[in-house]
Amino acid sequence: MRAAQAPLLTVEHLTMRFGGLVAIDDLSFAAARGEITAIIGPNGAGKTTVFNCITGFYKPSGGRVLLNLSDATPTADQIDRLTASGARHAPIPGGELFLLERMPDHEIAARAKLARTFQNIRLFAGMTVLENLIVAQHNRLMVASGWTVLGLVGAPRYREAEHSALEKAKYWLDKVGLTERADDPAGDLPYGAQRRLEIARAMCTEPTLLCLDEPAAGLNPRESADLKRFLKSLQVEHATSLLLIEHDMSVVMEISDHVVVLEYGQKISDGPPDHVRNDPKVIAAYLGVEDAEVEEVEAEISNE
Amino acid sequence: MASALGEASPNRRQVLAKAVIDALGTAALALGLAVPILALRTEQNISNELILQPRWGYVAVAVVGAFSARLVYLLLAAAGPAPRRRKLTVPSGWRDAAARSFAGIGLVCLVLYPLIALSLTGKAGAIKWIDNFGIQIMIYIMLGWGLNIVVGLAGLLDLGYVAFYAVGAYSSALLAQNFGLSFWICLPLAGILAAFWGVLLGFPVLRLRGDYLAIVTLAFGEIIRLILINWVPVTGGYAGISGIPRPTLLGLPFNASEEGFAAFFHLEFSPVHRAIFLFYVILVLALLTNWVTLRLRRLPIGRAWEALREDEIACRSLGINTTNTKLTAFALGAGFGGFAGAFFAARQGFISPESFTFMESAIVLAIVVLGGMGSQIGVAIAAVAMIGGTEILRELDWLRRIFGPDFEPTQYRMLLFGLAMVLVMIWKPRGLISFRMPSIFLTERRRVRADLVQEGHG
Repeated sequence: MRAAQAPLLTVEHLTMRFGGLVAIDDLSFAAARGEITAIIGPNGAGKTTVFNCITGFYKPSGGRVLLNLSDATPTADQIDRLTASGARHAPIPGGELFLLERMPDHEIAARAKLARTFQNIRLFAGMTVLENLIVAQHNRLMVASGWTVLGLVGAPRYREAEHSALEKAKYWLDKVGLTERADDPAGDLPYGAQRRLEIARAMCTEPTLLCLDEPAAGLNPRESADLKRFLKSLQVEHATSLLLIEHDMSVVMEISDHVVVLEYGQKISDGPPDHVRNDPKVIAAYLGVEDAEVEEVEAEISNE
Repeated sequence: MASALGEASPNRRQVLAKAVIDALGTAALALGLAVPILALRTEQNISNELILQPRWGYVAVAVVGAFSARLVYLLLAAAGPAPRRRKLTVPSGWRDAAARSFAGIGLVCLVLYPLIALSLTGKAGAIKWIDNFGIQIMIYIMLGWGLNIVVGLAGLLDLGYVAFYAVGAYSSALLAQNFGLSFWICLPLAGILAAFWGVLLGFPVLRLRGDYLAIVTLAFGEIIRLILINWVPVTGGYAGISGIPRPTLLGLPFNASEEGFAAFFHLEFSPVHRAIFLFYVILVLALLTNWVTLRLRRLPIGRAWEALREDEIACRSLGINTTNTKLTAFALGAGFGGFAGAFFAARQGFISPESFTFMESAIVLAIVVLGGMGSQIGVAIAAVAMIGGTEILRELDWLRRIFGPDFEPTQYRMLLFGLAMVLVMIWKPRGLISFRMPSIFLTERRRVRADLVQEGHG
């Protein structure tokens, strides 16, 4: 397809069935390193299910989800060997390969460096904004605190680690404009700020791939413009690849490098925004067509 | 205002009439309730026959009491719109200082308590106050603080906490009897064994959430108790284990012998020495629990517990291993329960399964809930109120003069417990101390309102 960037995430033949319902049907796509990949589709197309399969919250019924945390492009042989071995991950020269469909959710976040946000915001509402960002750095702090033993006796190593965690939290607070509200409970923030905080919290885990589930939902046009700038800056300044589900077409078309369109669990289009925008299948299925054009579009589709 | 008063008199008569009618209704309700509950009592006479003993006096007291209470309430309510409660706006720094100094004053009171009791009531009278009140309350404070880790911080509803208390008590008693180990060696071992059982229970159970978790922990508590009853060769069944060695102070036993504490310090032997010593032992144990808990709250593990209570799914999305996090909470809470159990065994010198019924779990949980889940000071206040209150009931002999010689105030213990819980839940639905203090801050430590803090879903 496009060989400009080595794919970071490769989804192959992903299938998810809930009883008799096929939510995702043989879906394959790739998200390239350093790019913003958007998954769009009408309501109920299976976008969030794809997310849950990638991030380990669901165990897919079939298929392979490969994450490549290395500079090199893995050979087919390396991938096959890992798949056949039954292991969850394997080192390759210059990094590590992960088979996400085999890993539990927290391990995906901790080891495969994949962070996510949720469609209905999931903050720690009774903890302060700052605490939310500190909790996100749990694993590093846990090691520094000697699995609590060193921390309990107040070892300097832990104090240093906590200090640097605080510095990182301050950096992200500044980045999302919440420094003023650092000591307020997260549940007290207005909706837009909660969305920003959730992204900042995910970024505190230092992800390679950040998965955002409808980050622009419920934002006003100004907030939505800010979000676009913010996501772009994550891509450029922090070398984070993004995978996002979004309904706001202005966000999708402006910032994404690559768009995957789903309908009824199947991929109907895949390519750069301009390609997807002009794809008659997408227009027919997702954006809708005017009555007068229906026959014309149908004819075009059937010709393909 | 004057004209309003002038118009008031016919109005007032109306109000009075209405209030009387309403109160009569209440009295009728009280009568309806009191007749089946209070009016008749069955008793055995000398020839073992059941006879009915009417107690219409009690009914009359209940009815008149309900009538007058309702009347007074209505008249007071009608006396004018209740004055708007002024909101005190106290700078939160001042309040924090008050809260801190409250903890300090409480601590000083606890440290001085045995000496105060001794000076007020003398050697013979002080034993009751130190042992029945002081030590009893401190045991429950420690249990409350231990359970607070599981229920208050991690948000896991544990109805079988008494199981770990029992494991601690029995393991220390058995170790002492079979291997001749002293209390000071049994104590940490009992804590470790209880923590081990906490993990053992945790593994299968922590996949469950909410009500299901509560039911399984409840069952676990019962299983432990039934094992203690039925495994007679080891636990002695209902007979329990007696002759558990008492704790010594650096090898000095608290007895009347030549090598005893009193003889060593050339004091006149008195059993109060041991009571005071035990009080300080449990005080140190409880403060250790408190110190560890407060310290852990500021460590990643403690923050992970609280995050778990707030939102488990978000925790997993941040790479927190929720199973391990829950297990540590369970193990630590169980470990402190085990310490308390070992202390209990050594203090009593005798343990039997009857001390480890579900009621104990319920009382400890009630203390945690009443105190405010997650609040250390709240739990301590609730323990003092509930356990101290129960013990005080034993002292209220003057109630017999009102209700007759058959009246046994301690029988109404649970009724009062329930009443206290209902009242607290009306006025302070999230416990006596319901706000949460953040574990870290940038510029200022501000309280988090109770309504934002989650209770946990298991």
